[in-house]
Amino acid sequence: MTLAARDVTLTVPGRTLVAGLDLALAPGQCCAILGRNGAGKSSLLLALAGLGRPAAGEILLDGAPLARHPRRRLAQRLGILLQHDVEDFWGSVLEYVLLGRLPHGAGPLGADPEGVVQAYGAIGAVDLETHALQSYRTLSGGERQRARIAQLLVQSPDYLLLDEPLSHLDLQHQLALMQLLAGLARSGRAVAMALHEPFWAARFCDAALLMYDSGAVRHGAANDVLTQENLEALYRCRLEAVAGAGAPLYFPGTH
Amino acid sequence: MSASAERSPTAAVAAARPGRRPLAAGLVLGAAALAALAAALAFGSVDLPPGEWLSALAGGGEATAREIVWSLRAPRAFAAFAVGALLALAGALLQVLLRNPLADPYILGVSGGAAVGALGAMLAGLSGLAVHGAAFAGACAAAAALFAFALRLTGWNIHRVLLAGVGIAAGAGAAVSLILTLAPAGQVHGMLFWLMGDLSGAEQPLAGWVALAAALACALALAPGLDALVLGPLKARSLGVAVTRTQAIAFLVATGATVAAVMLAGSVGFVGLVVPHLLRLAGFSAHRALLPLAALAGGTLVVVADTLARTAAAPLEFPVGALTALVGVPMLLLLLARSR
Repeated sequence: MTLAARDVTLTVPGRTLVAGLDLALAPGQCCAILGRNGAGKSSLLLALAGLGRPAAGEILLDGAPLARHPRRRLAQRLGILLQHDVEDFWGSVLEYVLLGRLPHGAGPLGADPEGVVQAYGAIGAVDLETHALQSYRTLSGGERQRARIAQLLVQSPDYLLLDEPLSHLDLQHQLALMQLLAGLARSGRAVAMALHEPFWAARFCDAALLMYDSGAVRHGAANDVLTQENLEALYRCRLEAVAGAGAPLYFPGTH
Repeated sequence: MSASAERSPTAAVAAARPGRRPLAAGLVLGAAALAALAAALAFGSVDLPPGEWLSALAGGGEATAREIVWSLRAPRAFAAFAVGALLALAGALLQVLLRNPLADPYILGVSGGAAVGALGAMLAGLSGLAVHGAAFAGACAAAAALFAFALRLTGWNIHRVLLAGVGIAAGAGAAVSLILTLAPAGQVHGMLFWLMGDLSGAEQPLAGWVALAAALACALALAPGLDALVLGPLKARSLGVAVTRTQAIAFLVATGATVAAVMLAGSVGFVGLVVPHLLRLAGFSAHRALLPLAALAGGTLVVVADTLARTAAAPLEFPVGALTALVGVPMLLLLLARSR
């Protein structure tokens, strides 16, 4: 069981983001994708989710190109948290989260008692219990982000692809989400996420993919890849090392 | 906050009870629809007490009462219901498809095409069935132009469809103005009634009901996909929805429903725009509930409005389109004021 990019080239009009990328994501893995704005993190995640066709190369799920998998089966196996979603949802938080059950089908007239139980579990997991029956529109930005994550949890895919999952979240919820995602990886899911915070990657991810502006990539175990030298080259700014519980953590330096 | 937050499942299910509130609303709206239809049969130039119109409906009673109920009021009341239901359904579909709360069934220019056809036929001195035929031809021409345009342009792009529809509608509006200025004064009154929506010529509601049943069945089959489309096409695809197919079918259904409604009553305004919002404000946003409830509410609204149009200033008759707004606007404002 793997989700793999084979010899993938990603382009945007007028520019090649990355060429000849090979990448494999296996169950149990938690991979951070780091890079500057516009380096191709989102394009890569969309391609891995089957939502954007690479300019060249293929995305393979269990050895077969994504296009060969039935659409619904694919949605049961691959789930993505998009960077932006439509904000205009009329229903309650619970109804919003329940949409994640779509690939799993519902009973006649939409009755889905099992889905409701799962949705409450997911809503609890992102700390939104008190908002469950509230209108989605009344949520704050961070609460909406957590509702979107709960929707992905209810979709319950084998491969979770997340584009900036920490955006809008306060520190406590950032930590809780990273713990949740790392826990999912330990329990046999595969997680790949675009992040802007190398310290979260260093603490919770076991693999990292650095995407440079030049189109070059560096992929490997998080400990090997997330070095001061690599990260300074990646972000084009000076970093300061701070002693962490395990590996040192890097923050932007002032000089 | 933990990965496996436990909650009592029964409490959770009890709190949500999906499908129960829509069912109750459906029963209430269904009762309202029956009451509205009953009132439409009872009231008019001759008011019939319940015993009389009921026995006339059953085929008994006086010959005059039978004639009034069966030939005049029942066809018109059922046509009114079909028109309202079709327009509300089309409006609900277009609002989610175009992701625009201001979308209504006339935004695609289909009714504009029908108006050009109908008014053109009236200007040429035609009447009755010929006007109907010309309206149908105009609506189909507009719909065909829209779909041809939409499909030609680099695949399927919903926003281009919207722009093309607005363009067609504007063109049709210009043609309608031209016809109105060219028309002799005696014809303008009839033309204005057609434009505002008028049920006095609706004698054959059967086609409208067939269209309504077909449109509702198709729309309900699409309901889960429409729910996901609210999240945007990309997210819907990631949830396994065949986005292009869902959009194309929903577009066809909305167009067909609009054509069927326009054929029965001209352009009855307001229903398609506002009835879906009324129901969303009342808390029904899942399409499997929203679509049938919108059909019921839209139908009821037009039946009530048409009964008022016939009776409020009898023997004078108002165009029903003017009254749908008068009935519906206070309801909408009330709900808006009460919702957060």
